[in-house]
Amino acid sequence: MVLLGIAIIVAGFLLRFHPLLVILASAIVTGLAAGLDPLAILAAFGKAFNDARYVSIIWIVLPVVGLLEANGLQERARGLIAKMRGATVGRFLTFYLILRQMLAAVGLTSVAGHPQTVRPLVAPIAEAAAERQAGDLDDAEREEIKAWAAATDNIGLFFGEDIFLAIGSILLIKGLLEQYGIDLEPLQLSVWAIPTAIAALLIHGFRLWRLDRRLTRRRAEGQ
Amino acid sequence: MITLHWVYALAGAVFAAFALLGARDRDNPRRWTTAAFWALLATSMWAGDRLGDLGNGVLVLGLIALGALGLGRGDGVVPPEQRQARADRFGNRLFVIALVIPVTALAGTFLFKAAPDWFDAKQATLIALALGVLIAMTAGCLWLRAGALVPLQQGRRLMDCIGWAAILPQMLASLGAVFALAGVGDVVGGIVQQAIPQGSLLGAVIAYALGMALFTMIMGNAFAAFPVMTAAIGVPLLIRTYHGDPAVVCAIGMLAGFCGTLMTPMAANFNLVPAALLELKDKHGVIKRQVGTALPLLIVNIALIYWLAFR
Repeated sequence: MVLLGIAIIVAGFLLRFHPLLVILASAIVTGLAAGLDPLAILAAFGKAFNDARYVSIIWIVLPVVGLLEANGLQERARGLIAKMRGATVGRFLTFYLILRQMLAAVGLTSVAGHPQTVRPLVAPIAEAAAERQAGDLDDAEREEIKAWAAATDNIGLFFGEDIFLAIGSILLIKGLLEQYGIDLEPLQLSVWAIPTAIAALLIHGFRLWRLDRRLTRRRAEGQ
Repeated sequence: MITLHWVYALAGAVFAAFALLGARDRDNPRRWTTAAFWALLATSMWAGDRLGDLGNGVLVLGLIALGALGLGRGDGVVPPEQRQARADRFGNRLFVIALVIPVTALAGTFLFKAAPDWFDAKQATLIALALGVLIAMTAGCLWLRAGALVPLQQGRRLMDCIGWAAILPQMLASLGAVFALAGVGDVVGGIVQQAIPQGSLLGAVIAYALGMALFTMIMGNAFAAFPVMTAAIGVPLLIRTYHGDPAVVCAIGMLAGFCGTLMTPMAANFNLVPAALLELKDKHGVIKRQVGTALPLLIVNIALIYWLAFR
């Protein structure tokens, strides 16, 4: 019965109902199915929301991003890329991917991110580079390049952070295994994140290289 | 001592400013719901610890109601010609200010940990990030000769572009807590245990990694999937029956879950919020770019567990 909540989430997202209402419905149904009374569900939800406030503090960077954009940050990024001869969107994003993986691997996960670096820096630079490669971009292509920038940030973060000893997921693994009487040091776990990190770099880097080829070929066709 | 609560106070002030400026934005057809939404979020940041669990629950209901009624947005975009002129005038100053935030976060992470009497060392990066925002905002206003309201107005414009999606990650995290309370994980674990093929090592490895990815996609978070799948398959089968190395099984199993995170709208902060932040028309645009990396990487993870854990 408690699985009804999961069914509601999946169906709600697929049918594109308002996500906030879907979450509320799922929480109520799950709680009721587990025999909780409505006020207890509301209190549990409220407590969890309050405990998770740190998730939403990242929006304090928006005033800085807004100020810089109003003063021509994206235009400046475009101008800078126009001067660099070898800069392509694929090479630039691969460079950012490596940088993000390495920063995350030493525990610096919040240094970069979508509001902090992708919107003000990575996306406009990637867009400017792609624009130069392809000649010009239509709206759909512009969207695609921005999405590549965001995707690259996620992949760099996910497949870098577990190399760090004290990241949440490594501590979670250690804590869970202790319950089964298996004692491991964080270092024993984090070294096994390295093969996947390399594979992520190779796979995503290859896809970015193909993106470069596609853009360059489009320019050749356009001429 | 400077703790995360100082950062909450700052965030509350920023959201309160968004609310006040939003209430005066006559371009926005829904300025009152929009302003009330950010005001409630400011209340949560400022007073969340004093509202009590039920009070916070009511506050969340208010946010959901306002979000469902619909938020709007005004205008306030600076025209492209003006932006180009300013870009020519300010040049690389703009990059310097943009880099203040990550550089301060980086430096603060190390410096603040060296002064544990002054700063909550566990939250060093977030505190340093907030400090970086204050420095960048001050430096930006002075160096770019902008009025103090310009960053808040432009920040509010971006915030209104994101709208209610801004609290989606926090909402999903809260839903996860309700799921945990209701014991959803145990039920899923029980079902998975019945579904896996008997007597095949490769089958068990695939079931574990695939289960991690799929359950992560449903929950939006590999942390929620990991205890369930590890209790159902990882420990009893892979580690105890087949004598797999627990470090390899669990470390790479978690990463198989991360492949799932890349493919689900439930991981809103990584997948939906950036789409809103970058003003993409297709809110699943980021996920679409990620699937092509996530699927091959999931196969690699299955192969890695199979080869490395059972030597």
